[in-house]
Amino acid sequence: MADLSSDDVLKLAQLARLDLSQSEVLEYGRELSQILDYVEQLQTVDVTGLKPTNQVTGLTNVTREDEVFDYGYKAADLLFNVPSVEANQLRVKRMIG
Amino acid sequence: MNSQWLAIDEIANKVQVGQLSAVELVERSLKMIDLNRHYDAIISVTAERARQRATEIDNAVKAGKKVGSLAGVPFIAKDNFLVFGAETTAASNILRGFKPPYQSTAINRLEAAGAICVAKSNLDAFAHGASTENSDFFVTKNPHDKTRVAGGSSGGSAAAVALDMVPFALGTDTGGSIRQPASFSGCVGYKPTYGLVSRSGVVAMASSTDVIGPLTHSVADAALVLDCIAGKDKLDSTTIERQDSYLDLDVDLKGKKIGLISQYMAPGLQPEVKTVIETAARKLKHAGATIKEISLPSLPLALAVYYIICPAEVSSNLARYDGQRYGFNVPGATDLGASYTKARGQGFGREAKRRIMIGTYVLSSGYYDAYYKKAQTVRSKLINEFETAFKKVDFLIGPVAPTMAFKIGQNINNPLSMYLSDVMTVAANLVGLPAISLPAGKSGHLPVGLQLMSNQRHDRELLGLALGCEGVLK
Repeated sequence: MADLSSDDVLKLAQLARLDLSQSEVLEYGRELSQILDYVEQLQTVDVTGLKPTNQVTGLTNVTREDEVFDYGYKAADLLFNVPSVEANQLRVKRMIG
Repeated sequence: MNSQWLAIDEIANKVQVGQLSAVELVERSLKMIDLNRHYDAIISVTAERARQRATEIDNAVKAGKKVGSLAGVPFIAKDNFLVFGAETTAASNILRGFKPPYQSTAINRLEAAGAICVAKSNLDAFAHGASTENSDFFVTKNPHDKTRVAGGSSGGSAAAVALDMVPFALGTDTGGSIRQPASFSGCVGYKPTYGLVSRSGVVAMASSTDVIGPLTHSVADAALVLDCIAGKDKLDSTTIERQDSYLDLDVDLKGKKIGLISQYMAPGLQPEVKTVIETAARKLKHAGATIKEISLPSLPLALAVYYIICPAEVSSNLARYDGQRYGFNVPGATDLGASYTKARGQGFGREAKRRIMIGTYVLSSGYYDAYYKKAQTVRSKLINEFETAFKKVDFLIGPVAPTMAFKIGQNINNPLSMYLSDVMTVAANLVGLPAISLPAGKSGHLPVGLQLMSNQRHDRELLGLALGCEGVLK
């Protein structure tokens, strides 16, 4: 029986880089516990002799040559959506306080 | 609802010989979009680019050039496809304002065949949902009853087709997001074999199950659209070899071996839906198909498997939305870490955050084996059971969803009851099978879809069966 505390939710939110309000923390604690209870039913399933499946059409390690293609883009086309640009580079907030 | 649009191949033929003009087709489509705007199926209209392309196509016809098998045919793309001429938002606040620098392969292939994108349709934000109620913008209303949902997540595309805005729309199906809205809204919805259609340029949700497919007025239209977009793409390394053609199908139902999935007909299925499906099965039998009940014992576990695997992949795919390179950005953040958490905390809607956190939980150290690895192993069990079933029959049928379209607001405060709407569609995604939702009848004023599935890479055979069924069910 999963029962996520507010601390558990805050830890998950921190791992997932999500800033949550206090009401969200309470709401998600309740909802996530409910969802985890539902998926708990898999714990008792007998899977003796079975391996996990990650890829359903049998593909493994699809490789190709590392080639350069000219798609005709200019830097400005690709930087259009960037919130803050300086000298054709992304400008972000400082990393160390 | 009977469509006012001709079959897609007829439209394209008439445009090619100059009997119909692409410009007129686009204007007609834009008019239908405007007339039906109160259904909230559409996020943005790409009118300027559509008109320009239509003029180019008409000019090409006048110059005697061969345009393609979708010449002048207007269509709508779900707003998680990158398309020139409009923003791509995936119905999320965090992507509001995003203008794609390139187009998805599916859109490029449709354009190469002469089709014209006229609008982008509504969805549950990032395709997380079964009703479009998780759209960060608005809820799409059901074309048959405005107090009900159109289904989801491709609810905007399904409603757009059912409201006759276009001959076809594109959707994505990660756990049922093409088939369930097609069933709720009353149109054809096709989910191809995993990997058959390139996903390059489509907003990723759960990469091991995401597929792209058409929503249409008829099976023949779905087959023609698939024929234009299917096949390998160097920009998506998960794509597989296509079959030679998805046209000129074998529609004869005589001798076709079909299994009715017993787990999907069990208690819990809305009685009205059960009646429609049983009637449809009888009609197929009268038309010469062999119908027998098939049991897949692990099928009731599929939803639990899906709601571990899907959020796990969602949490990974949605890590890229950090507000730095594009999308929602909070100017007031003091450092990079706060800039991430604020952009994501405020930019993502409730369901996106819910799935990201479930995914983070099941992938985290100490829980990975118990949840994620266990789910992937039960997935193998499901795959084996489908393999066994396809040794006995060629196709499987059943309902698309346990209910008809539900009321707006009915499931919104209970995530788990919303997830249950996917209970009959997720298995095809987990196993990679092609599946289609076909209008099978109505109960009262609400449509009910019949789901048909075949083994992987048998899309051509499945479309043939569906075309045969469509004739019998009409």
